[in-house]
Amino acid sequence: MKISDGGKPSLFETASNPKHGIYVHIPFCQRKCAYCDFYSLTDLTLRQPFVDSLLQEMALVTSDEVRSDTLYFGGGTPSVLTQQQIETIMQQAKDLFTLTPDAEITMEVNPGTVTQDYLNFMRQIGINRINIGVQSFSHNILEFLGRIHSPGHATQVIQQARKAGFDNVGLDLIFGIPGQDASTWQDDLKTALVFAPEHLSCYILSIENGTHLDQMRKSKAFEPAPEQHIADLFCITQQILKDAGYEQYEISNYARIDNGEKAWRSRHNQKYWSFAPYTGLGPGAHSYRAPLRYWNVRDVGLYSAALAKGRLPIQESEKTTTEQQITEAIYLGLRTCDGIDIAHFEKLFQIDFNQQYGDTLKTLYEENLVIVDNSRCALTSKGMLFHNSIVERLIP
Amino acid sequence: MKNIRNFSIIAHIDHGKSTLSDRFIQFTDMVSDRDFKDQILDTMDIERERGITIKSQTICLPYTAKDGMTYHLNLIDTPGHVDFTYEVSRALASCEGALLLIDASQGVEAQTLANLYLAMEHNLNIIPVINKIDLPSADVDRVMTQIEEDLGLDPDTAIQASAKEGLGIDVLLESIVQKLPHPTGDAEAPLKGLIFDSHYDPFRGTIVHFRLFQGTIRPGDRIKFMSNNAVYKVEEVGLFQIVRVPQKTLSAGQVGYLIAGIKTVSDTRCGDTITLRDHPCDAALPGFKEAKPVVFSSIYPVASDGYGDLTTALEKLKLNDAALIYEKDSSVALGFGFRCGFLGLLHLEVVQERLEREYDLSLILTAPSVRYIIVLNDGSELIIDNPALYPDPTTIEKTKEPFIRASIMVPDRYMGAVMKLCLDRRGINKNYQYLTNNRLEMVFELPLSEVIYDFYDKLKTVTQGYGSFDYDIIDYRETRMVKLDILINGERVDALSQLVHRDRAEERGRHACTRLRDEIPRQMFKIAIQGAIGGKIVARKTVSPFRKDVTAKCYGGDITRKRKLLEKQKKGKKRMKMVGKVMIPQSAFLSVLKTDDN
Repeated sequence: MKISDGGKPSLFETASNPKHGIYVHIPFCQRKCAYCDFYSLTDLTLRQPFVDSLLQEMALVTSDEVRSDTLYFGGGTPSVLTQQQIETIMQQAKDLFTLTPDAEITMEVNPGTVTQDYLNFMRQIGINRINIGVQSFSHNILEFLGRIHSPGHATQVIQQARKAGFDNVGLDLIFGIPGQDASTWQDDLKTALVFAPEHLSCYILSIENGTHLDQMRKSKAFEPAPEQHIADLFCITQQILKDAGYEQYEISNYARIDNGEKAWRSRHNQKYWSFAPYTGLGPGAHSYRAPLRYWNVRDVGLYSAALAKGRLPIQESEKTTTEQQITEAIYLGLRTCDGIDIAHFEKLFQIDFNQQYGDTLKTLYEENLVIVDNSRCALTSKGMLFHNSIVERLIP
Repeated sequence: MKNIRNFSIIAHIDHGKSTLSDRFIQFTDMVSDRDFKDQILDTMDIERERGITIKSQTICLPYTAKDGMTYHLNLIDTPGHVDFTYEVSRALASCEGALLLIDASQGVEAQTLANLYLAMEHNLNIIPVINKIDLPSADVDRVMTQIEEDLGLDPDTAIQASAKEGLGIDVLLESIVQKLPHPTGDAEAPLKGLIFDSHYDPFRGTIVHFRLFQGTIRPGDRIKFMSNNAVYKVEEVGLFQIVRVPQKTLSAGQVGYLIAGIKTVSDTRCGDTITLRDHPCDAALPGFKEAKPVVFSSIYPVASDGYGDLTTALEKLKLNDAALIYEKDSSVALGFGFRCGFLGLLHLEVVQERLEREYDLSLILTAPSVRYIIVLNDGSELIIDNPALYPDPTTIEKTKEPFIRASIMVPDRYMGAVMKLCLDRRGINKNYQYLTNNRLEMVFELPLSEVIYDFYDKLKTVTQGYGSFDYDIIDYRETRMVKLDILINGERVDALSQLVHRDRAEERGRHACTRLRDEIPRQMFKIAIQGAIGGKIVARKTVSPFRKDVTAKCYGGDITRKRKLLEKQKKGKKRMKMVGKVMIPQSAFLSVLKTDDN
């Protein structure tokens, strides 16, 4: 199977169709990017001990009953692993997890880390989707973000990925970067579209606490981009990608539509928004098994130490209350363009949707922020810009 | 009786009163050193758990003097702020002597002087104590000079001490025994006792702190409070020795407590006289006054369903705070709440703090106001402390406001700054005099309304902490008041209205609008904040709207992180009030009351 499932998974798939997603966090990078607050290390000598621990973790969590239709290598930078290391992990996954024949198997790659040979190998061992961290096609911006690659690397890797046989290619781009004007961003989008990627993630730069970017901002090394400008870029993105034949299916995610129907959505990411169960492997990775959320320790040392003793490296778990589940259902549901499946929501929480939210939704509708019909409640293009405020007005 | 000494420590804030009290406890036969810390802290913890203030440190110290005799030294605590002058006077009335504590580096301050005068009015014997002599900045000679010149006391009688280091404590204890007179009074005469404090114990009811001047009291007695003729049956009498120690009797000259099934402290009044119902004394002790509130503010719960909790909390607080008065109030913007009267701004802050800390309430307070007398055209008088009740200005003949006499003591280099501050506050400089060659007492008459706002903070700022301040209310004077309204998106928010002097209305309006602009979070639409007098807009600020409010991505599968953020925001929102479409946080209401420069 080459094409990711373009069909729309119903919300709260959990009960009826418990197909899992598996996420593998590879916590290594050649260099930490200025904006990144995911857990990763730059000491690559720790890769092999980590891989050994990861194999142990996979052995511990395995269960015959669980069928998985996605496997996602994220990071960090999964592509800093050697071919052999990747292969071992893939083999272990195939041996221990019941992957469906059409499973979507994605790996994130940093354009500065891979060769044609590496990409060929990825494809050979069964990885069928590649997500390339392009971020920008501008030298200055890549430098500002602390990326290790040049625009040339990115275009080269996209072409090499095609040559390796990847027909499901996703590109990550970032906008709202200080100093980035509308035309620079339009150029980025247009350059990306030249390669007709199946998937595009367009993230607004967010400056997370404790990152290098955060320090730079505090020392006034730059001025964050003005809100209105970011809002403008967001709308430009929606328009350009729509015109290019992409559907926006989540605030930051766009899928190419082929022949007017098949959309190349990321099946794995949709699990996060649709309450499907997923298992996160590796340090700092998060798992969900309704109503339980739990996550691993964010430290390779502690992670390996726990596994060495035959224990799962779980740092904390929480059993979400109904109220918390409602909050999540609204928050996540409204991130997607399909929106909240009202009937499902009502069934799950025993809430009369209209009675509970009708008044607020009416106001929001009048402000052109939401669209509601009998079956779904979703944000408008404008509403997406105010996702946070709107969710706040709705949650219990 | 010859072995009793009743005394207070009078001191400016931070001159070391608490430390000295603790040191006394340690130096007398109360507890061994080893147990000292534990015992004190245990009691305080229990008090905290029970929600009692740790305000009363009145304590009976058994002390074996050099003459080999054991004395009961009753240390009677006094509140340390200008708001509580009356309470201080009642405590002093219960004593024969006082230690006048002066910080060796700070020297004599206005409050020291005010309390000294108070002590002198009660004919107390005074022992000056120069404390903190261990500090490098201590200047004992200068303080000696001040004692002689500012206070008119004999500097040779002063005792040098460091409560912190335990220096001079033994000398001090001896001189309390030697120099302070023992109480007098007939233990057989009809009962006459002075209430100087009380606190509430959830298990026993009100604990009355009192000093006996004559007669003897024992459990079973039917006692009467002479101000209101309330009668109670005494359940227990005893001494304060960190914990309460019951006694069979207390008699003339002694200081202690009584428990008599008294439901609230409001039933006991500071300064009231206790006697026996069936065998009363001839006359009450002099000096009793009802506590009169001078500052008024409305208190509202932030939570829309918080009125019940606030009611309960105020009732409980009132058990322990007789000076607090309140009545039901309501606001269009804030719903139901209470109009409260306080002895002063500090008292207000204490009540607010206790309600929030001890009863876990989120509150909104309206701008504090004094009590105005409004003479209407028809000659009738209205007394107003709430802007909501301000009448139609065209019906007003004239308005009068309370004035105070303020005594400010300050090193003379700050004279100009203090003068400017007081004149800015519509003050009239009545007098100033040098106490020593570079210290000055400045006397102003000031409108009380200008002092309750932020005067004390400002005074501290312009004098770099060296200025000290004491006041008395003197009279009502004609003034020109207006009602300043605040409009948010065109809607008047009644809880933000203030009565202000005409000449300051614009400035206050601008200040309030600026503060609100800084505190009201951005929303999805523009928010206009206006200050208005009648129909005239005098100030305007704008909160610009969000242009975007969206998180770029979920953090992998970490849904928890964002959900917790949402829960936190939601919780924050519960501390907000909706005025029309606009959410106004609690902090915005409070910010309007704060100074403009911190």
